[in-house]
Amino acid sequence: MFGKLTLSAIPFNVPIVMGAVAFMVLCVIGVLAAITYLGKWKYLWTEWLTSVDHKKIGIMYMILAFIMLLRGFADAIMMRSQQALSYGSNMGYLPPEHFDQVFSAHGTIMIFFMAMPFIIGLMNCILPLQIGARDVAFPLLNNFSFWLTAAGAVLVNVSLAIGNFSRAGWLAYPPLSELHFSPGVGVDYYIWALQISGIGTTLTGVNFIATILKMRAPGMTMTRMPVFVWASLCASVLIVVAFPILTVTLGLLTMDRYLGMHFFTNSLGGDPMMYINLIWIWGHPEVYILILPLFGVFSEIVPTFSGKPLFGYASMVYATMAIAVLSMLVWLHHFFTMGAGPAVNAFYGITTMIIAVPTGVKIFNWIFTMYRGRVRFDTPMLWTIGFLITFTIGGMSGVLLAEPPADFVLHNSLFLIAHFHNVIIGGVVFGVFAGVSYWFPKITGFRLHEGLGKLAFWFWFVGFYVAFMPLYALGLMGATRRMDHYNVAAWHPLFIIAAVGAGIIALGIGTQVLQLVVTFVQREKLRDTTGDPWNGRTLEWSLPSPAPAYNFARIPIVRERDAYWDMKKRGVDLKGSTFVPIHMPRNKATGFIMAGCMFVTGFALVWQIWWLVIAGFAATVATLIRHAFDDDRDYHIGADEVRKSEALYDRVKAGSV
Amino acid sequence: MRNFWSRFCRLLPLAATALLAGCHGALLHPAGPIGMAERSIIYTATGLMLVVVAPVIVLVVLVAWHYRASNTKARYEPEWSHSTRIEVVMWSIPVVIVSILGVIAWRSSHKLDPFRHIASPAQPIHVEAVAMDWKWLFIYPDLHIASVNEVAMPVGVPVVFHITSATVMNSFFIPRLGSQIYAMANMQTSDNLVASRTGTFRGISANFSGDGFSGMTFKAVSMSPADFKQWVAKASASSQHLDAAQYVALDKPSENVPVTYYSQVMPNLFEQILAGKFRSGQLLASASAPASARGSK
Repeated sequence: MFGKLTLSAIPFNVPIVMGAVAFMVLCVIGVLAAITYLGKWKYLWTEWLTSVDHKKIGIMYMILAFIMLLRGFADAIMMRSQQALSYGSNMGYLPPEHFDQVFSAHGTIMIFFMAMPFIIGLMNCILPLQIGARDVAFPLLNNFSFWLTAAGAVLVNVSLAIGNFSRAGWLAYPPLSELHFSPGVGVDYYIWALQISGIGTTLTGVNFIATILKMRAPGMTMTRMPVFVWASLCASVLIVVAFPILTVTLGLLTMDRYLGMHFFTNSLGGDPMMYINLIWIWGHPEVYILILPLFGVFSEIVPTFSGKPLFGYASMVYATMAIAVLSMLVWLHHFFTMGAGPAVNAFYGITTMIIAVPTGVKIFNWIFTMYRGRVRFDTPMLWTIGFLITFTIGGMSGVLLAEPPADFVLHNSLFLIAHFHNVIIGGVVFGVFAGVSYWFPKITGFRLHEGLGKLAFWFWFVGFYVAFMPLYALGLMGATRRMDHYNVAAWHPLFIIAAVGAGIIALGIGTQVLQLVVTFVQREKLRDTTGDPWNGRTLEWSLPSPAPAYNFARIPIVRERDAYWDMKKRGVDLKGSTFVPIHMPRNKATGFIMAGCMFVTGFALVWQIWWLVIAGFAATVATLIRHAFDDDRDYHIGADEVRKSEALYDRVKAGSV
Repeated sequence: MRNFWSRFCRLLPLAATALLAGCHGALLHPAGPIGMAERSIIYTATGLMLVVVAPVIVLVVLVAWHYRASNTKARYEPEWSHSTRIEVVMWSIPVVIVSILGVIAWRSSHKLDPFRHIASPAQPIHVEAVAMDWKWLFIYPDLHIASVNEVAMPVGVPVVFHITSATVMNSFFIPRLGSQIYAMANMQTSDNLVASRTGTFRGISANFSGDGFSGMTFKAVSMSPADFKQWVAKASASSQHLDAAQYVALDKPSENVPVTYYSQVMPNLFEQILAGKFRSGQLLASASAPASARGSK
């Protein structure tokens, strides 16, 4: 009846896990109770959960990402404290079977459910506004994509309470991830969480390519697009190219585990090397899917806060495209030590180094944008400077690792861990925080508290160096990754310093939570009445903060790059005085219900509850078919209503409300 | 909190010493020519990159500070966004550095290919290394001895390691000697190392392989020819013989395994492990031919 699922799947006898589960359950109950108490269920359902508005979907993505940041960071703290303790006779507090789950979950959550939702959230919130569109190309699909991502995230977290998570690392290398070596449900949770959220990500890629190519305002030619849009386009193309590879790879592993096949097993002709190649053919473009949009974010922030257009727009665009193409040609550098010949290794080493060329060009672009500018050091700019310094160092250690013989000794060491956190924290995480603090007024209508934002930056910046520089040293001292215990005395102090660094980062995250609370309390004081708090250059700043549901009362006509700057210069009246009814998509529950059914299907697949698999899948398809017969999909916002709301914004701007 | 910070401050000099001394298994203090060559690549590449990276970081801070909004004396050109001259330079600098690094990558990949035999007047010795759950088995095919979690080698004599795995993927790595290489079931990889001084070096698996991974360490001992002879004699005198039954017993997962010596190792043991003859629950009538990760042996 319940497949492999029995009561013993809940780890009652493990206090740490049960404590975490109890905390999670209490949080969920608390949130649900608060919603009930405030009587907000209907509001939440009609205005948010079923919303097809890209701005609201973007906010939901970022809320998910922030919660997952906390979860993934809890894993990080556990690893750092375990390694700080577990020297010599002290075995620490995490036995291998937990430690292995913790580092596997940390990587999986941080990449798939923290970084990806953050960048997709930012793209959702901002991209349509920057190209002068009223929504993305497929609004309901967008809602569905979000809920698929959320379903995957929930599935990963359910594994904490029911059963366990994968112990095979964040990429589940076979043969370790095969049934013979990982007989539990951990790898299955990993597979289905990634498959479900992966479909969501692929659909997002399709959606944004269509949006960028087809929905730009008149006059916004490709070469007038903001660089964030260019970067998002490249990332979306990479998503569409790379994610199906992940789906197929995990699909083959699934067949090994569920159907007794031998794609990647040790026996009967299985070839684990094939999996490692395939997963990195997805995995390397993936890191550029993460970083490219944030290169775009920095390319928006630096000009705005320097009071100048971006230096070398064409260079920047070519560099972005070059990185996107090259990112598909370097995957083998993740396993130089597999024994490929010197020519193969050298080829992939050199292609990897070539990526440093366009990336270096970008760094110079940002520097020369500040050059002869008027640089203001608001929080977004602080994160940007922090990024420029940190990412450059991370890039340098990356190019070093691209020398195959250097990699022969540094591969899989803590040097490698330090390198990729150097680029992912210094690039992706700093970029996300830069983007969030930059666009927060546009997204919510009020600025983030500036003082706490700066404090959070300094905690993160210092914390990063204290946490990860010791890891570089440890790598050079021969310390490898994923150890739950070690016996080398010289490593111990460095691990303790790294743990202190993680503590400093924790202060940074705490400050950010506080910043959100304080911002909410002082929201009237921090309200952005102008719609253009930073003296911005791109179209989103031409709108009120937050933008109305329909975004643009009248679709703007673009004549220059930095379209809004140009309009401000020419004194263009963006709205005019005549208003027309605006055609809008209607909110639908289809995406939520389908993703919910897929979550149930995924859970049933993990535990092999076959009747529920069939029921869940049938319900998914039935919901889709039912939606096909639903003709009530759109409505119009009347011209009068638009006029009224625009008039209200004008009065707010004039300071009379 | 104060207590915590004072402890933290006391740790700093300690960490600095540890860093500078870099005693244990440090890549910066190699004990053989392969490790030396790899270290010199790390130094050369880092130095070359610093030529650009260090000024760039300084430039970021200086430019940002000089052109701060409050410095009204600084030149402000709100429309300036293009200069062909600057753009040519900024594309050229990384191109030059990457070209040099690329040449280094090509040459050194060939010179330091782990499969390549080390030129030496001394006759190399062959050691077959098998990654198991969770220990290393070293077979000396010419000497008919084997050991677990300890590999001995005469100083100055190149060692040809033939590597495979009896279980999941691991990575064979002696940090102070240089190059690691993956150990994979059904496949043979190769690692050529030589120690230029005597000593005991830490050996590890550098690829996560499950619960016993952290304890999967071994000792690589470089010794004088006389000591090596003695070591061989000690192993040859071991009462434990490594026959099929003993191997199957050894193959069972175990953690933090102490050093063990075996004499009278059955012939072709390594070939049979490679062919998957012993794989638990998967004993095959006719095992498929083993492959080298490189295509041919």
